[in-house]
Amino acid sequence: MEEKKAIIEALVFAAEAPLSIERIAEILTGTERADINGALQELTREYEERKGGIHLQAVAGGYQFRTRSDLGVWVKKLRTAKPVGLSPAALETLAVIAYRQPVVKADIDRFRGVDTAGSLRGLLDKKLARIVGRKDVPGKPILYGTTRKFLEVFTLQDLSALPTLRELKELQD
Amino acid sequence: MGYEIKLDIFEGPLDLLLYLIKKNEIDIYDIPISLITKQYLDYIEILRSLNLDLAGEFLVLAATLIHIKSRLLLPVEEDPSTEDEEDPRAELVRQLLEYQAFKEAALQLDSRPVLERDVFTRSCPAVEPDDREDLEIFAEMDVFDLVKAFQQIIAKLDKTECMEIDVERMSLADRINEIMDRLTEHKHLTFTDLIGERTDRRWILYTFLALLELMKLRMIKAYQGESYGVIRLFLAVE
Repeated sequence: MEEKKAIIEALVFAAEAPLSIERIAEILTGTERADINGALQELTREYEERKGGIHLQAVAGGYQFRTRSDLGVWVKKLRTAKPVGLSPAALETLAVIAYRQPVVKADIDRFRGVDTAGSLRGLLDKKLARIVGRKDVPGKPILYGTTRKFLEVFTLQDLSALPTLRELKELQD
Repeated sequence: MGYEIKLDIFEGPLDLLLYLIKKNEIDIYDIPISLITKQYLDYIEILRSLNLDLAGEFLVLAATLIHIKSRLLLPVEEDPSTEDEEDPRAELVRQLLEYQAFKEAALQLDSRPVLERDVFTRSCPAVEPDDREDLEIFAEMDVFDLVKAFQQIIAKLDKTECMEIDVERMSLADRINEIMDRLTEHKHLTFTDLIGERTDRRWILYTFLALLELMKLRMIKAYQGESYGVIRLFLAVE
């Protein structure tokens, strides 16, 4: 099992995107998913206990090595490109899409009380939101939803990892 | 008026309203409409006096507030059929609460470890640009993209070459048929292919209108690899 754990570690390290348990199972034929999951949990714990600069993070339905979040200030200096920030308007629009998807633009506008065309276009360009279909009402308006990249960018395992609006409200009170 | 305003702090009329409610320590379920309407209008007045382009949405909410205020001023009818009539403020309160929740959700999102801001992954070597025309990566476009492309082509036109000579009446139906014929023959074409060498406005216009009509009828599909990129047209059904 120790050997398999090492293989899994190597796979996650070499993968370009978060690596799912399914994908690992395809490569490590004959290994139970539960065992793979166990190895990943163990690795996650090991990296955490080591308190080093790297963490194993469950994100977007897979696992990925990421730098520790409080070290961002340093790693940022390494990057030449400016980090892509989201404006408060874009964040609000993204929040509405994340919680109400699939959602039409008219509803996003209504929830925010302003026209969201600009920020919506920005989110589509950044691939944080995408067109998921058309609503079956007259005019067939476009339905929007979030992307896999959204999960990756905001370090979410899946959409259920978002706190519910009710929980947020309790947090606020 | 002793208001200090920061112009970019309000994301919209609902944001401004929430701010006023918080500032006055008002119970959101029992908004004193008269007071809030006055303060809201004062703000709008300041924004206007600064010659700012006031987004229409701010005025819409102003009208809503005044409408609610006027409804509250009317005597309540003793008609049993209207017994269950809703508080005129109810809809606004619902909207405000919803907005507040999403605003909080947005803050919550922003507080998460954000990739390429707080957390980083191993840098991969820059992927070689893929020269293959992988059609799957093309995003489906909407009518507005097409309008934008149309404007670009119009802008490129040499004005001196544009002469309006009204000799030949083109028919939209003919142009549609032509485009369908060419598409059937070539499988796919770019927007510029269809325009060809001709630069007269009417020709471009009819081509454009024909495309819009064909897209509406779902007979063709338009794809674009990136913003301002080449627009490719396909038959919707083979």
